[in-house]
Order: sequence, then C-alpha cells, then structure tokens
Amino acid sequence: MYNSPYLRQNTSVRRVMGTVMVAMLPAITVQVWLFGPALIAQLAIASLTALACEAVMLGLRGRPVAPALTDLSALVTAWLIAVCLPPLLPWWATVLGTSFALIIGKHLYGGLGQNPFNPAMLAYALLIVSFPALMSQWPGLQSADAATQFGWVFGGERVVDGMTGATPLDALRTGLLTGGDVGAVMQSPAFGHVAGAGWEWVALAWAAGGLLLLALRIITWHIPVAFIGAMALVSAIGWLIDPTQFASPAFHLLAGGTLMGAFFIATDPVSGATTPRGKLVFAAGIALIAWLIRAFGAYPDGIAFAVLLMNICVPLIDMKTQPPVFGHKKGDAP
Amino acid sequence: MNADDRALYGDITRKGLWENNTALVQLLGLCPLLAVSTSFVNAVSLSLATVLVMALSGGTVAALRTLIPHEIRIPVFILIIAALVTCLDLAFNAWLHDLYLVLGIFIPLIVTNCIVLARVEAFAAKNSPLAAAWDGAAMGVGLLWVLALLGSLRELVGAGTLFGGIDMVIPGAHALQVFGEHYRGLLIAILPPGAFIFLGLLVAARNAWVARAQARASRPPAAAVSA
Repeated sequence: MYNSPYLRQNTSVRRVMGTVMVAMLPAITVQVWLFGPALIAQLAIASLTALACEAVMLGLRGRPVAPALTDLSALVTAWLIAVCLPPLLPWWATVLGTSFALIIGKHLYGGLGQNPFNPAMLAYALLIVSFPALMSQWPGLQSADAATQFGWVFGGERVVDGMTGATPLDALRTGLLTGGDVGAVMQSPAFGHVAGAGWEWVALAWAAGGLLLLALRIITWHIPVAFIGAMALVSAIGWLIDPTQFASPAFHLLAGGTLMGAFFIATDPVSGATTPRGKLVFAAGIALIAWLIRAFGAYPDGIAFAVLLMNICVPLIDMKTQPPVFGHKKGDAP
Repeated sequence: MNADDRALYGDITRKGLWENNTALVQLLGLCPLLAVSTSFVNAVSLSLATVLVMALSGGTVAALRTLIPHEIRIPVFILIIAALVTCLDLAFNAWLHDLYLVLGIFIPLIVTNCIVLARVEAFAAKNSPLAAAWDGAAMGVGLLWVLALLGSLRELVGAGTLFGGIDMVIPGAHALQVFGEHYRGLLIAILPPGAFIFLGLLVAARNAWVARAQARASRPPAAAVSA
C-alpha cells in the first residue's frame, strides 16, 4: 500500500548532484578555454581530496561509506570549491581548503543535510583570510601555456610578472583607492565590454548552467531572481548617486561571483532558507551584503562572506516566513 | 589535615581542573580566553595573572564574608577584585613592561571576568578562606592549562612557532621554529575565527573523551563476565 502523493518524482541525491555537475560544465569549459587548463588540475585535486576526506570521516563516524561516496555530494562541493579558487593556487592550498570544508564544515556538523554553513564558501573564506596574496593571483587572458600553468599549481617556481592579472573587482578597488574614478579605471585592459575581460563570458556561462537547473526544477526561481534583482537594485542606487565611485549594475552582475553565487552557491538546499518567502529574503540579503563588501570592504569579492553571514540568519528567516498551513488564513493558529 | 579535608580539597581540585573546567565545560570568561590565546606566552601570562587574582580574591572574600552585608555583596566583591587587579596591573607595568604592552587592556579586564566573580559568589562567600583560595587557584589552573593548549595550537598552526615572545618574560630565551623558516602560517588560526574553531575542537575532544569514559564505565559487568 502506498501513501499519497502517488506520483513520485525520481529525485535521488545522486541525480540532483549529477545534474548540478552537468550544469557546471559550460562555465568550466569557457573558463578553461579562455584562461587555460589549470582549472582542470584544481578540479582533480579538490575531487580527490573531498572523496578521501568523506571516506575517512564516514569511517571515523561509523557510517556506511559506499552510499555517501557515490551520491556525488562530496564531488559537487569539491567542484564548487575548485571553481571559486584562483586556478593557479598551489595544490596544498586547495587540499587544505577542501579538507576544511569537508571535515569541519560538513562532517563535524553531522554530514550531508546537517551543515549550517555552505562548505564551499567556508573553504574560500578560510583561504582568503589566511593567504590573501596567493588568493589574488588570477591568470590573465591566454597568459601561459599549459605546462607553465600546471607547474604553478604543482609547486613550480612562481614568477608573478606577466602571468597573473587582477580580477576586475580587484582592479576597480585599487584604481579607486589610488584616486581614479570608475570611468578611467575601466579603460585598463583588465576590463572587457561590461565587466572583466573574459570573466564576463564565464559569468554568462554560469547563468546558462543555472537556467538549466531552473528548467529541470533542481532549483526554484526565488533565490536567483531575488539575488540578481537585489544586486541590480543596490548597485543601481550607488551608481545613480555617484557614478564616479560606484560601478554600474551591469558590472556588478557580470563581475566576480554574482551569477555563479546566484545560481549555484546561494541555492544550496541545506544551508540556505527553505520557505519561498524566506528564499527571497535570504538571497536579497546576500546580494546586499556582497555589494557592501565590494563597495566599502577590504576583500576583493564579498559573495563568500555574505553567504556565510546569511547562513547564520537562516533559522530565523525560516521561522519568520513559515507559509500558512493549507486551509488556514494568515494569522490563524495552525 | 584529616580525611574530610583531604576529600574536600581533592574534590575542589578535580572540579577545577576537569569536571567543571571554566573554559571547556562552563565556557565562562571567553572574552580574554579568545582574545589573548594567540600565542603560548600571552595565554599563559594572562592566565597566571588570573590564577593569582582568583586565589587572592577567593581568600580575601572568604575571610571577610561575615562582615559583608548580604544586600551589597556584589559591589563589595567587585571592589576587592578590582583592588587586587590594580596591584597586578601595576606590577606587570613595572616588571614585565613588554608583556604589559601586548596584553594591554586584558589585564584590567580581569576585573570583569565572570569566572572570578562567579567563584567568589558561588564558593568563597560560603566557605573558609583556605578552601576558597584553593578553589580559586584550582579553577584558575583549569583555565591555565586549556589556555596554554589553545595558545600553543593557535601559535603552532598560525605562525609555525612555539613560545614566541618568550624573551619578554625570560630575557635571552628564543622562540622555537617548529615547522622551519618557510612555513607560511595559516593566518586564520591567529585571527578571532581561529580561537572559536580551536576552542570548539577542544570542547568536542573533551566531550568525546567523557562519553567514551562513561560508555566504558557502564560496560564492565558484561565485559568481566565474558573475560
């Protein structure tokens, strides 16, 4: 005998995670094509580390290892970490960040489905706080051959000149701090049509992958729409007040991790808000904090810290945005 | 010292060092705990100062406990503690000036440390001076060893050294370079988040230890039979 609902959707953890990985492929492909193959090395390092940590922690916790290893959740975390990090990061930093995310961010809180913080953003935050210099070395457009890039990742000599270029957010911050205005700073070669040269195409590829997730109903529209809408709104307000000091909304949407965060990070079903209205509040909060950090803070991109800060607020948001039970009016005792 | 006394002092010691450990069980006084545990030397210096204040204030309050009006006991306790801390603050400034500059505001802040007031109110106000001084010292040493461990861990991971700044206390002594010259240092361990992460790990380790000890204690009959 079956209980309702009788129509069942085939949504296993493995299928959801597998779809997310497929949806990440466009952005990974575009980034490898434009900035070189170091990202592939990072994906491999992060994946191996994540699987090893997952197996060790499950073993220590006395849980069955095989089902959790094959549900792809550790791999999704690993891939999200790898694409957030500068591709030229030395291998040990990626290993460190990934182990921190899996061991402390995920398993010490109780494993899959129990973690209050987004593990990928924990890894990013740990690394940017600990190694700010390494975390600012992003590759420039077609900057080096594959051998040199892999050499950097696996401990070769790091010659900074010519290899790395500032990300658009970094270039903008430095330019503004040294007295330039937005229009003049954006003439530098780090910038493309709207945001960073090359990076704007990566951002659009993230959006394409995100739309695939939306079409397949892996995520709902609430978080991406609220995230992008709020980011556009707050950056437009800043831009209208003083266009020489605040970049345009188009720049903020296509620079840094905005689109990736909107579709792939903030939509994490475990650490994010779960009620429909709560998702709107959660995502808008992330966009607001991220813009504030970008405009006034000391770190290049604020998405990671914004996500972690809003993760803390999730229990409160969920409690305050409970939808009324079907058949009850708002305000009725359930 | 008779058997009752020995049991009392043993009990006080055990509670202070382990069972009611201020840092790992009561989680009291976390402000100085987290702020100064960036290195072994800082952590141990401040907690030694706290041990001294706790022992002296416990003894003083216990000796005066029959004279202090019950209604205004808290302000009086605070005044006694503040007087002791002021002496200590001046002593640090005079004899360990470099360390005084590092610890800064956290020496005077011992006055507001809730562990000190908590032990005075909960124990010293009801017990003999000697027992109260012993209780203050035991609770303080309980804080000391946790803070020493936390400080060493954070310093080791964050900077790759041990006993950094020891020359402020013992002139001529040198810090140990544990991981060699090229260790980059995981900066987050020295920053505030590192304090919370490492304290959380220590508390978790203690809980795991206690849970395992309890599980073992409840098992012996069956184990004895099978053996």
